[in-house]
Amino acid sequence: MKLSNSTSFATTGRSRNGEPWVWLTAAGLTFGVAMALGLFLLILIKGASSFWPRRIDLFEISAGPAAEKVAGYVTQETQRRDTAGTLHKEIQVFRGNKELNGEAFKFIDRSSIQSSSRPEALLLVERLEYGPAIVSAVALQTPAGKIPAGSSEFEQSLETILDQGRVARKKLLAIERGKIGAISRELASLARLEKSGNPDPPALAKRRGELQASFEILQQEAAAIRKTLAESSFTGITADGKEITYPAGTLLDVFPSNRAGFFERVGEMLLRMTRFLREDPREANTEGGVFPAIFGTVTMTLVMSLFVTPFGVIAAIYLREYAKQGAFVRMVRICVNNLAGVPSIVFGVFGLAFFVYFVGGGVDRWFFADQLPTPTYGTPGILWASLTLALLTLPVVIVATEEAISAVPRGVREAALACGASKWQTIQRIVLPASVPGILTGIILAMARGAGEVAPLMLVGVVKLAPTLPIDGIAPFIHPERKFMHLGFHIYDLGFQSPDAEAAKPIVYATALLLIVVVVGLNLTAILIRNRLKKRFAVSSF
Amino acid sequence: MMTSHPLSRPDFIQVDHFSFHYGEKQAIFDIDMNIPEHQVTALIGPSGCGKSTLLRNLNRMNDLIDGVRHEGDIRIGGISLYDPSVEVISLRKRVGMVFQKYNPFAKSIYENVIFSLRVAGRSKKSELDATVEWALKSAALWDEVKDRLHDSAFGLSGGQQQRLCIARAIANQPEILLMDEPCAALDPLATLKIEELILELKHQFTIVIVTHNMEQATRCSDRTAFLYMGKLVEFGHTMQIFENPKHAETEGYISGRFS
Repeated sequence: MKLSNSTSFATTGRSRNGEPWVWLTAAGLTFGVAMALGLFLLILIKGASSFWPRRIDLFEISAGPAAEKVAGYVTQETQRRDTAGTLHKEIQVFRGNKELNGEAFKFIDRSSIQSSSRPEALLLVERLEYGPAIVSAVALQTPAGKIPAGSSEFEQSLETILDQGRVARKKLLAIERGKIGAISRELASLARLEKSGNPDPPALAKRRGELQASFEILQQEAAAIRKTLAESSFTGITADGKEITYPAGTLLDVFPSNRAGFFERVGEMLLRMTRFLREDPREANTEGGVFPAIFGTVTMTLVMSLFVTPFGVIAAIYLREYAKQGAFVRMVRICVNNLAGVPSIVFGVFGLAFFVYFVGGGVDRWFFADQLPTPTYGTPGILWASLTLALLTLPVVIVATEEAISAVPRGVREAALACGASKWQTIQRIVLPASVPGILTGIILAMARGAGEVAPLMLVGVVKLAPTLPIDGIAPFIHPERKFMHLGFHIYDLGFQSPDAEAAKPIVYATALLLIVVVVGLNLTAILIRNRLKKRFAVSSF
Repeated sequence: MMTSHPLSRPDFIQVDHFSFHYGEKQAIFDIDMNIPEHQVTALIGPSGCGKSTLLRNLNRMNDLIDGVRHEGDIRIGGISLYDPSVEVISLRKRVGMVFQKYNPFAKSIYENVIFSLRVAGRSKKSELDATVEWALKSAALWDEVKDRLHDSAFGLSGGQQQRLCIARAIANQPEILLMDEPCAALDPLATLKIEELILELKHQFTIVIVTHNMEQATRCSDRTAFLYMGKLVEFGHTMQIFENPKHAETEGYISGRFS
């Protein structure tokens, strides 16, 4: 017999039990996914587009009697209501040339624009100071003579000048930071030697004389390089007719934004991205790259995992395997879980008081007494930052490890014990290998949490600009006492502490994107390792 | 300590007025029985009757549980398990155990078999190889796995895994083999193989087996003990227990009136 919809068993409309709930839960999930995707897409688009070389517009504007020419690219469209109540449509234009105009941005009333065009002659000039400039080429000054723009050798010579500048800057850096740095370090150690009872004064004085001599030679070398650089320069003219000359030493790149084809622009974009990843920041971090911040973030996160893993695993083993399960252990467990809820800045304060002042101060008194009152370890640094974050993420690792250990079947433990294994042998040979994937999940969560933390780091080691990396080629190569840069703090610094927040906006998005990429990259690496181990411990042989 | 004897001792394992408590709950009431050497002794009885508890006391596996206590004594070869000089670890090396659910380690077949040697600190390659071959042959598994000794144990079928667990339990040359419902998780064919194996192994080991399967008890045990509510109701030759039980409860249980 066929049941029609009219029977009492029909399930239609609202009588379909639970159907609305399916929709509600699905809507909840959709909302969450949409939020996450939206956030990621916004940062991805804004971050990636900040590297795209945009076309430069030339606006002729007449505001009252004065007429003005402004060249630049549009960054924003806004509306403004003046005191009389009339609505003005405005565009915000980046015109660069900060040393001439005081500000790199200008708001232009749309109604005052007489005409706009995109002359091919306009160039985007990047230099060491004052941010980018937008000019048309006038001439090049080379040791061989003046080359006017438009002549056949102009492009070639410009390339030569740019290359010269790059090579010379590298040489200067090697001399000033490398060789002269080494000399001043040796001088400082000589001074310390002198202070702490001089063993051999004539030898000391002789060595100091030698160092002084080589210092002067190096300075002369540097001066010679600077002099050669000063012989070449690039002269451009701005849209409003002012001529500027850029010495070769300050010139980084000249890009013909309006003349370049699509592939040239893509190439320029990739070049800018690699520079962003590889270079040191310039001009209060608003220009240049973020390499020290990437390095600092990754190093700190890895060192943190190195500390938190053994601590967390050992604590979890004791809690789960050895401690007598009772009211006390329950309380300890609650405390550990609550530790995860303590605001991170509180950990920062604790880290500053305990690690930096107490432990670091103690280390200084015992091992670096000759350098006091200048602190060596008694000041914020990457080691203390890593330890503070290790403490912060400890509960995550303990909880995950406990879960993993308790998930090892009772039968397997009993089998090991029945084979005559001691408790420790059972833990070491059976329980821990089986828990490795779970423990790694804990470490992944800890890394994700630790890499994104900023607040506590501001107290225990992060700085706006670190002149040196925590790992470099100067003995003893690893410098755990050094301050470091961090992508998270870099975002905060650029967005809220920068002298020109407007100019820093694109780089904020780019840095945010990079922070996400770094954290995801670290996590993916850990997940890959975990999956390999999972296979190794669960299915295949070893 | 415990020396093996060429002749089968009728009182190899002496359970002497043994009572056992899990906290407030008493699981075994004053059990008194002697388990003979080189024979298969089956422990039968309804669920919760204490047969597994008794078995797990023979290698002091129950020590792992918090709040247990016992009265009376258990002796193997005349020496009390609870003697202060007896180390639990060396006791367990002499009393192997096979569990209800096969539980190989997440290691290769080879490493599974020699686990007890590894934890005892023995690592001579020739000794390990010989042990693996002997144990797997004794467990009737050698022919099936000899070409893949270094593959994961999880690649084996359920019956093979259980035989691997038996090989693991005997690798250390124990004197006694405890089996806690070794066929409960296996299909009839695999069960048959294990039962044949038990009959083989009893020449070398004293076997105590817990089972829910009456036919299994009749097929492979020499003696049967019927436990009910934590008490030993009847203990005797398997034939006598199944054909001519003295107690009404025993008769009721084996004829399936309660379980």
